[in-house]
Amino acid sequence: MRLRLLATSLIGVVTLAGCSEGVLSPQGPVAAAERLVLFNSLGIMLAIVIPTILATLGVAFWFRSSNGRARYLPDFEYSGRLELLVWSIPAMTVLLVGGVAWVGAHDLDPRKPIASAVDPVRVQVVSLDWKWLFIYPDQGIASVNRLTIPAGTPVSFELTSSGVMNSFFVPQLGGQIYTMAGMATHLHLQADHPGTYRGLSAQYSGEGFADMRFAVDAVPAAAFSQWVNATRDAGPMLDAQAYADLARPSEAVSPFTYRDVAPDLFNHIQSFAAQPNDPARLAVLTSQRTDK
Amino acid sequence: MNLLGKLDWSAIPFDQPIIMGAGAFMVLAIVGILSWVTLKGYVPYLWREWITSVDHKRIGVMYFLLALVMLLRGFSDAIMMRAQQAVAAGGSQGYLPPEHFDQVFSAHGTIMIFFVAMPFVIGLMNFVLPLQLGVRDVAFPTLNSVSFWLTASGVLLINVSLVVGEFAKTGWIAYPPLSELQFSPGVGVDYYLWSLQISGVGTLLTGINFVTTILKLRAPGMGYMRMPVFCWTSLAANFLIVAAFPVLTATLAMLLLDRYLGFHFFTVDGQGNAMMYVNLFWVWGHPEVYILILPPFGIFSEVVATFSGKPLFGYRSMVAATMAICILSFLVWLHHFFTMGASADVNGFFGVMTMIIAVPTGVKVFNWLFTMYGGRIRFEVPILWSVGFMVTFVIGGMTGVLMAVPPADFQLHNSLFLVAHFHNVIIGGVVFGVMAGYNYWFPKAFGFKLDERWGRASFWCWLIGFYVAFMPLYVLGLMGMTRRMQHYDNVAWQPWLVVATIGTVIILGGIACQIVQLVVSIRDRDLLRVTGDPWNGRTLEWSTASPPPAWNFAVLPQVAERDTYWVTKQRAGEQQAQPEPPPQYEPIEMPKNSPVGFVNAFFAVVIGFALIWHIWWMAGLGLFGTFLTILIFAFRDGDETEVPAMQLAQFDRLYRAGVAI
Amino acid sequence: MNVTVAVEAGKPLPSASEAGPAPKRVVVAYGFWIFLLSDIVMFSALFAGYAVLRHATAGGPTGAELFSQGRVAIETACLLASSYTCGLMALAVNSRRRHGTYLAALLTFALGAAFLALEMREFADMIAHGASPQRSAFLSSFFALVGCHGIHVAAGLIWLGVMMAQVAVKGLQAPVLRRLQCFSLFWHALDIIWIGLFTVVYLMGIAP
Repeated sequence: MRLRLLATSLIGVVTLAGCSEGVLSPQGPVAAAERLVLFNSLGIMLAIVIPTILATLGVAFWFRSSNGRARYLPDFEYSGRLELLVWSIPAMTVLLVGGVAWVGAHDLDPRKPIASAVDPVRVQVVSLDWKWLFIYPDQGIASVNRLTIPAGTPVSFELTSSGVMNSFFVPQLGGQIYTMAGMATHLHLQADHPGTYRGLSAQYSGEGFADMRFAVDAVPAAAFSQWVNATRDAGPMLDAQAYADLARPSEAVSPFTYRDVAPDLFNHIQSFAAQPNDPARLAVLTSQRTDK
Repeated sequence: MNLLGKLDWSAIPFDQPIIMGAGAFMVLAIVGILSWVTLKGYVPYLWREWITSVDHKRIGVMYFLLALVMLLRGFSDAIMMRAQQAVAAGGSQGYLPPEHFDQVFSAHGTIMIFFVAMPFVIGLMNFVLPLQLGVRDVAFPTLNSVSFWLTASGVLLINVSLVVGEFAKTGWIAYPPLSELQFSPGVGVDYYLWSLQISGVGTLLTGINFVTTILKLRAPGMGYMRMPVFCWTSLAANFLIVAAFPVLTATLAMLLLDRYLGFHFFTVDGQGNAMMYVNLFWVWGHPEVYILILPPFGIFSEVVATFSGKPLFGYRSMVAATMAICILSFLVWLHHFFTMGASADVNGFFGVMTMIIAVPTGVKVFNWLFTMYGGRIRFEVPILWSVGFMVTFVIGGMTGVLMAVPPADFQLHNSLFLVAHFHNVIIGGVVFGVMAGYNYWFPKAFGFKLDERWGRASFWCWLIGFYVAFMPLYVLGLMGMTRRMQHYDNVAWQPWLVVATIGTVIILGGIACQIVQLVVSIRDRDLLRVTGDPWNGRTLEWSTASPPPAWNFAVLPQVAERDTYWVTKQRAGEQQAQPEPPPQYEPIEMPKNSPVGFVNAFFAVVIGFALIWHIWWMAGLGLFGTFLTILIFAFRDGDETEVPAMQLAQFDRLYRAGVAI
Repeated sequence: MNVTVAVEAGKPLPSASEAGPAPKRVVVAYGFWIFLLSDIVMFSALFAGYAVLRHATAGGPTGAELFSQGRVAIETACLLASSYTCGLMALAVNSRRRHGTYLAALLTFALGAAFLALEMREFADMIAHGASPQRSAFLSSFFALVGCHGIHVAAGLIWLGVMMAQVAVKGLQAPVLRRLQCFSLFWHALDIIWIGLFTVVYLMGIAP
């Protein structure tokens, strides 16, 4: 019964791989490598877990008290050989999976740039209440709740938060990373093919959290430059004042872009968060939150 | 200055029908029970025999009862969440607005961990430990009562938050900066903090009490390697309480200082460091997981051995594995946040450490397997839970190791896969273990067995319900669904969430069966009546009457080997009716009842409530009341009463006569 | 059906772990030791907080600018001396000399109170100079760590007062003796914590 359930759910998972939008249908090298690590570890462990489950059920069934054919061994409580086996089976499994973990942690370190002939695109990410701001420092533009990137090009992310913690996550491109105020984290991702991928915050951040979604548009390189040029022509300018307005809590914000970004805004956002206590500023921040 | 601090009528959410309904139900239930008790004239009995009791058995039962009641509360939160996520797909917002949904999942986590799982486990340890150790009570009986009532204070405060004010909207881990005043200006986080601080003190005192009990109070002859495994796992769990809970207290105190006095431990401004909270929280949080699971490991060891009619296989391995888990549990906390951006070396180290814990855990599973091997397994309800646990827990352990691989965790962290994983180990491990222990020791506590049929029904509902409710969550996690979403746009997730909701309803059926089981068993108690040893047990608790007398053992048992009661029975069988000489009864000093725990808890509630609402004068009064209570207790004369030898002899003779028949 | 199993003659004496329940005096002291360990764990969390936030001054004053070694040296001397007088009190209690007990307790109380007064003075001075716990994360962790120790000392003083009242009212009977023993343990533990605090906060804090 339980096994059948397990089997059906496993089959379900595998069939889902084709159509799901999560880790099982990777669209970039990082996500693909992470899926491989996942499958490897799962495979190693299933090799020991499935026999254990079967043995448990088998032994429990065979040695039921009503089974006259089962031998009763009331003094069987120690066996050096079995003890050795009992310790070495999990130890060896863990040795294998531990190797996968150690190597994986280094190969897929979020800070490690993706090897590529193409120069990476830099994107600075700021999580706000409750939307995402993407700054393209080299292009001097910014976008809210929509991340446009060139396909086949590594993207180098630098991330921070205006206040509460969030987690930047595009499942089909690769693993997530926290965004935290007053500091920057780093992440490298790449989309292999053009397409639209789902992005979200994976760290609960308050009332508007459920709507902290964004679309990732991976477009061909030429289309990306077109998009950059088009963005530069229209939309508002992101300066300190515009940022302060944007930072006010709001939910389910439709995507829009900024044609220009004040220089060094990302660093200002980081250091602004860390500034010494100023009661007036605190009062403003608190009232923003309660107003909502 | 407002005399009542921040408290006014707007604190009560009259416009929220669900909350007001639940609150009204709760108030009516409390008033109803109180008036029934008063009208029936039970108050003096309750006061004398339960509220002021310092008997570890009574306190254990009260812990268990408290946990059962809170299980209902925590479970209604679970059903609300599942129902919300089953409907809030696409454009729909469901029936719970975010501000309510966020409180529901925060309360669910907080209640289930602190006020269900903890009191369940502590209740069982309370009841069983002194009996298994062959002694008359814990090391500090009055302190035990104080601990219990402080836990009850935390429970009361968290339930008050339902009606007066609000609960935290931060999740049960309350990460800053979200939980700081700047982002959570309401009283919700304060309710969270004070109820945890107050009950945390109670838990810490319990830990100190039990460590001392196990290390210093054992029957003559019971060396460490003769202790039942449940005592070992409890010892490890209580070591962890003593070493981990102070960290939680300090961490929450820092957050309190931030919120109340404008400190900057974790704030965004003033160079506070929220990452420090996350680290400190999990330095407590990971050992906490083992505080919850180690005692159930002990329960399974007792149950599997008893119902297989065999000694536990690999006792020394079990002890070694338990202590290894105890130590390793402090070296893995970082696996709760691989995604914070630590270096690959740090992530790799903690990933591998986490997996190493799986080794002693795996050893335990194999040892239970070999305990059953060659046994004559009587499939009573406790061992059903145990076998269910072995199968389920292995799956949960596997997904846990999976998430200890950092790159896999980058994908699965905070997803429903994680939610499925920890429910898999907490339900499959802790809850199943507690239920096994409940069915196993209930006849010892009350002198009659629990109804078998309803027990089986409950087990199957829980087991099937668990798989139906949580296997879909694994799938959803792999599909990229993150936790704590009040609504979502991806309609492909909805069918799985609907299935999960059905699973929750099946589990509800399991809980209903348990309640029916209890009622039916009380009704038919005369048919289910048992002697001291209903399961053909192996350890000392089965050598005394059921229910045991206040003094547990008229004469302290002499222990010469492991499974001492089993060996004694075997020998008695071989030697065929060699009547033993009647033992020498000596008068026993028993601790007197004391209201100090109850009164102290009253003042703790006053202090907590006053601080939550910034009613400073009331907090001062409460503090003074606490001081006065302790002072009066300290000046009390004569902590003990003497039970005369005559009374002991009489009781013992009656019990022995009963067994002989 | 007695579970009593006679210890066979000729066997060696049972080891300490098989001796049966320990006497109450041992149990109480043992339990109190465990409590002290848990208290030290709590302090270590505060120490960790201080270590993490030591340089998080948010542009405000640093430890080197704030700490006055002279005053801290006197504080330390007071506390260490009070530990010594607390030891004298234990000796007086052991030889059942009530007046000696009162005298040693009085000295302990006075030294402890002097320590506390100096510490409060230090806090007041710092706050008056704008170095309040609200100024920076560093100062928050400083005030929390040192203040937590101070609260422990204050609690110890109250406890000592209550104990002297107990000695006066109840005499040196067993429960009072056990509590005095616990008090001694507590007071010496505060000393140990202070030594760590003195080293980590004041000595290392002055180093740049």
